[in-house]
Amino acid sequence: MIPELGQFSLILAFCLSILLGTLPIIGAARSNMVWMNLARPLAAGIFVFLSISIGILAYAFATDDFSVQIVAAQSNSLLPMHYKLTALWGGHEGSFLLWTFMLSGWMLAVSVFSKSMPIEFVARVLGVLGLLCVAYILFMLATSNPFMRIVPLPPGDGSDLNTALQDFGFIVHPPTLYMGYVGFSVVFAFAIAALLSGRLDAAWARWSRPWANISWAILTIGIALGSWWAYYELGWGGWWAWDPVENPPLITWLLGTALIHSLAVTEKRGVFKSWTVLLAILAFSGSLLGTFITRSGLLTSVHAFASDPTRGVFILAILVIAVGGALLLYAIRAPHMKSEFGFGLVSREIFLLANNVLLVVSAASIFLGTMFPMIYQALTDDLISIGPPYFNAIFGPLMVLLILVLGVGPMSRWKRTSTSYLVQQLAKVAAASIAIGVVLPLLVLFEISFAAIICVVLASWIVLSMAKDLRNKIANKETVSKGLRTLSLSYYGMQIAHIGVAVMLIGVGLTSYFSTERSVLLAPGATVTLGSYAFRFDGSEATQGPNYIADQATFSISKDGNSLGELYPERRIYLATGTPSTEMAIDAGFLRDLFITLGEEKEDGAWTMTVYVKPFVRWIWLGAIFMATGGTLAATDKRYRRLRQRKFARDIAAKEKIESDSLQPASS
Amino acid sequence: MDKLKYFVPSFVFVALVILLWRGLYLDTRTLPSMLIDKPLPTFTLAKVGGEPVSNSDLPDEIFLLNVWGSYCLPCLIEHPTFMRLSEEGEIPVVGINYKDRNELAKDWLDTNGNPFSFSIEDLDGRFGIDLGVYGAPETYLVDAEGVIRYRHVSVLDETVWNQEFLPAIAELEAETN
Amino acid sequence: MKAFRYLNYISFSLLFILGAASGSIAQVDTFAFDNDVQQQRFRTLSDELRCPMCQNTNLSGSTGGVAEDLRREIHRMILEGMSDRDIERFMFERYGDFIFYRPRLTAQTLLLWFGPLFFLLIGGFVARGIFKRAKEVGDIESKLNEEQKARLNELIGEKQG
Repeated sequence: MIPELGQFSLILAFCLSILLGTLPIIGAARSNMVWMNLARPLAAGIFVFLSISIGILAYAFATDDFSVQIVAAQSNSLLPMHYKLTALWGGHEGSFLLWTFMLSGWMLAVSVFSKSMPIEFVARVLGVLGLLCVAYILFMLATSNPFMRIVPLPPGDGSDLNTALQDFGFIVHPPTLYMGYVGFSVVFAFAIAALLSGRLDAAWARWSRPWANISWAILTIGIALGSWWAYYELGWGGWWAWDPVENPPLITWLLGTALIHSLAVTEKRGVFKSWTVLLAILAFSGSLLGTFITRSGLLTSVHAFASDPTRGVFILAILVIAVGGALLLYAIRAPHMKSEFGFGLVSREIFLLANNVLLVVSAASIFLGTMFPMIYQALTDDLISIGPPYFNAIFGPLMVLLILVLGVGPMSRWKRTSTSYLVQQLAKVAAASIAIGVVLPLLVLFEISFAAIICVVLASWIVLSMAKDLRNKIANKETVSKGLRTLSLSYYGMQIAHIGVAVMLIGVGLTSYFSTERSVLLAPGATVTLGSYAFRFDGSEATQGPNYIADQATFSISKDGNSLGELYPERRIYLATGTPSTEMAIDAGFLRDLFITLGEEKEDGAWTMTVYVKPFVRWIWLGAIFMATGGTLAATDKRYRRLRQRKFARDIAAKEKIESDSLQPASS
Repeated sequence: MDKLKYFVPSFVFVALVILLWRGLYLDTRTLPSMLIDKPLPTFTLAKVGGEPVSNSDLPDEIFLLNVWGSYCLPCLIEHPTFMRLSEEGEIPVVGINYKDRNELAKDWLDTNGNPFSFSIEDLDGRFGIDLGVYGAPETYLVDAEGVIRYRHVSVLDETVWNQEFLPAIAELEAETN
Repeated sequence: MKAFRYLNYISFSLLFILGAASGSIAQVDTFAFDNDVQQQRFRTLSDELRCPMCQNTNLSGSTGGVAEDLRREIHRMILEGMSDRDIERFMFERYGDFIFYRPRLTAQTLLLWFGPLFFLLIGGFVARGIFKRAKEVGDIESKLNEEQKARLNELIGEKQG
C-alpha cells in the first residue's frame, strides 16, 4: 500500500510539473501576472511531492520491503541501516528518482532566492525547470518506475548491494555529484529565459553567476569524491581512469569552468553574450549526455547501469527536445545580442577568451575520445579501445597551455593592457617558477622526471603570479591589512580557486611520476621495504563484520626505524552472496600515503600482498576543495547582496512616494 | 548569411544524435576474431584421455572447435546442440578443455555425455591465448585445410546453428566445389 | 530473441564471476624480473593493454581469467628478450585493436589523433570572430568620440568667432 502512495505522489508531482512547464511561460509571454505568480508555489509543490516520493522509497528500503522490486534487487536484510538507505541509489530507478529530486531541490532554491529578479524572468526560469521535471518524471513512470512491485510472490530476501558499493564513498559521492550536475540545469534555464525574453544584460549575468558558481563548486567536490573513493576502494591506487562514465561529469565541469569565466566577462564588460548563452546550453547538455551514457548501455564501463535500449531512446528524445530546442532558440535569438564594449588584442578579455577556447577544446577532445569507439564501430564494424594513454596525451598539453594563460590573465587589465607591462611583471615570476620546478623535486624526492618538473614549474607559475598580483593590488594602501580588506570576496575566491589548481597539479604530477609499489609473498614476521619505509607483516587472523567474515592482517609500518603505527588490511567474504572483496589499509598523510593490499593466503600463513608509497596524492583532492571553496566564496560576494539593499531602498522610496501622492488632493 | 553560423551548433547536434541512436543498437561486447582466414595455431598438447595430440590429429574435413570447461554454465546450456550434432554425424566436434582440471573435465563428460571426437587439454590457457579466446564458450568453424573461417562467442544453440553456422558451412562447401 | 539475449547476459556475467572482475578485488602478482627496467616495462604494458573480457579495465587492474594469463605471457616474453613492439604485435595478432588502450595511428584514427588540433583551430576561428565583432563595437565607439570631438571643436570655434 505504502509504495503505491509513493507512486501516487510521483504522479502528483508530474501533474504539477505540467502546469509549471506551461502556465508561467505563457504567462510571461502575455504579461499575465496570475499565471506568472503560479511559478513559485508550483515549484514548492513539486518539491514536496518528490520529497514524499523519495521518502517513501527510503522507508521501503529501511523496512526491508522486498515486495518492491528495486529493494529486492539492491538490498538485503543483513545490510547495515545506512547502506540500506543508500542502496536506494544503487540501481537505475532509484538513482534517477534521486536525480529528479535534486532538480526539484534546485527549483525550490531558485523560487526562494530570486526576490530581486523580475517576475517574468523567474516565471520563465521555473517554467523551463518544470519542463525538465515533466520529462524526467514521465521517463520514470514510463520506463523506470522505482515503485514496481514483485507479484505474486516477493522474495524472502534481497540480492544484496554490490560489495564495492558498501562503503562510505557510496553514501556521499552520488548525491553530491548529482547535486552539482543537476545544478547546471539552473543556469541553462536562466539562459533559455534570456533567449525567450530577447534580452541579455549585465543584470542577467549578475543573477546567473552565483548559481553557476555554486553548481560548479558542488560538481567539483562530487567529482573529487568519486576520484577519492575509487582510489581507496579499487585497490591499486588509481584515481582517474578516463572511463566513459567518468568522463561526462568532467566534460560538464570543463564547460562549467569556461562558463563561470565567461559569465564574469559578460557581467563586467557586456561582451561574450551569445557565447555565454551557448556555454550554458552546452554545460547542461553535458549533464544530460552523462545520464544518457550511464543508463542506455551505450558504452562499456564498470559504472554503467544495466543496459536497455528503450530507456536509451527515451533519454535521447529528451536530449533532442531540450538541447535541440535550446540550440534552435539560440540560433534564432542570439544574433540579436549585441556586444556593449570593444576590447583590444592584448587585454583581459582576450586572455579569458583563450581560457574559454582551451577549456572547450579540452571538453570536446575528451568527448571525442569517449565517443570514438562507437564512431569507429559504426564505420568499420571493428572494435577499438581508447584509454588513459590517449586522454593523457591530449589533455596534458591543453592544460599546460591553459595554466600558462592562468598566470597572465588576472594581472591583465580590461579592454587594453600593455604587453611590456605584463612581460615586466611576469618575467621574474617565470624565471623563479622554472628554478623551483627543477630544484624542488630534486631536493625533496631525489629524483628527476621531466613531466614532474613541468608540473611543479606550472604550479609555481600559478602561485607566484597570484602572489605578485596580490602585492600589486595592495601596494598603494597604507598597511597590508587595510589593503587586504579593500579586496572583494570575489577576488579572494578567484585566488583560492586558482591556488587550488596549483595544489591539484602538484598532487597529480608528483604522485603520477614518483609513486612506488612492490608485490611480494611474505611469511609472518617478514618485512618488505619501499624507499625509506618498512612494512612488517605480523600475521593474520579471522574476524567478522555485520554482514561479512574476513581475514585481517596486521602490519607494523615504520620510516627510517621510527614506528608509524599499524595497518589492518582485510580480505572479506560477504555472507549474502559469497562475494569476496579486498579492503586496503591506508596510512594517510599530508605528504604521502602508504597503503597495503592483500592478495591471497598461501601455505603457512604467508600472504601475497602489494605495498604502495604515493607521495602527495591527497593534494589532488585538497586542490579540489580549494577550488570549490573559491567558487563558493565568489558567489557570496556582497555585490549580490548589496543589490537587495538597493532594491530595498528603492521599495521604501516608492512606498513613500505613493503615500505622499495619496495625501495630495485627487486630480481628475 | 552571417546569421547562418549560429545554426552550426544545431547541425553538429543533429549529427551527434544520429550517431548516438545508431550506437544504441551496436553490440560493443563481441570481439571479432583476428584469426579468421588464418590457419589454426600449431600446438602440441594432450587429450583429456591422456594421449598426446597435435595439429595432424585434427579432422581432414570441416569441423567445429568448441572451447568449454566443467565450470562453465553456458557450456552446459549449449551441450545438447553438440550432442545432437555428434550423434547425427552432421559435423565432427573437437573440444578444447580450457583452463580446467582433468578429473573435473572427465566427470563432466561422463555425467553429461561426450559430443567431442576428442578434447584438447589447455590447462594454462596458452592455446586459448593463441586463438584469441576471451572466455568460454566459444566455437570455431575450421575448414578441411585447418584454416579458421568463423567464430561464434557464447552459447551455440539450434538457432545459432541454423542462422549462423549452416550458411557458413554451405559457403565453404560451395568454395571447394 | 529475448531468451537469446538473456543467455548472452548469463554467459557474460559468468565470465565475470570466473574472472572475478569485481571492482574491489585487487590482484597481486609476484613476478620476478632481472632488473628494474624490465619491471617498469611490464608495468607499462599491463597498464596500457586492455583486459579482453572485463568491463573496461587494463590488464594490471583485472583479477583472474584471461588477464592473468596475458600478464603471465608478458612476463615470459620480457624475460625471453622480446621488445615492446614484439609483445604488442603478439597481442594484436590475437585480440586486435581492442586490446590497445593507446589506439594505433591509422587512416581511420586520424580524426581521433588530430581532432583536438582541429578543434583548437576552430576555437581560434570562433575566438577571432568574437574579437572582431567586439572590435566593430569598439571602432564605432571611438569613431563617435572623434565625431564628438570634431563637433566640440566646431562649437568652440563658433564661440570664439
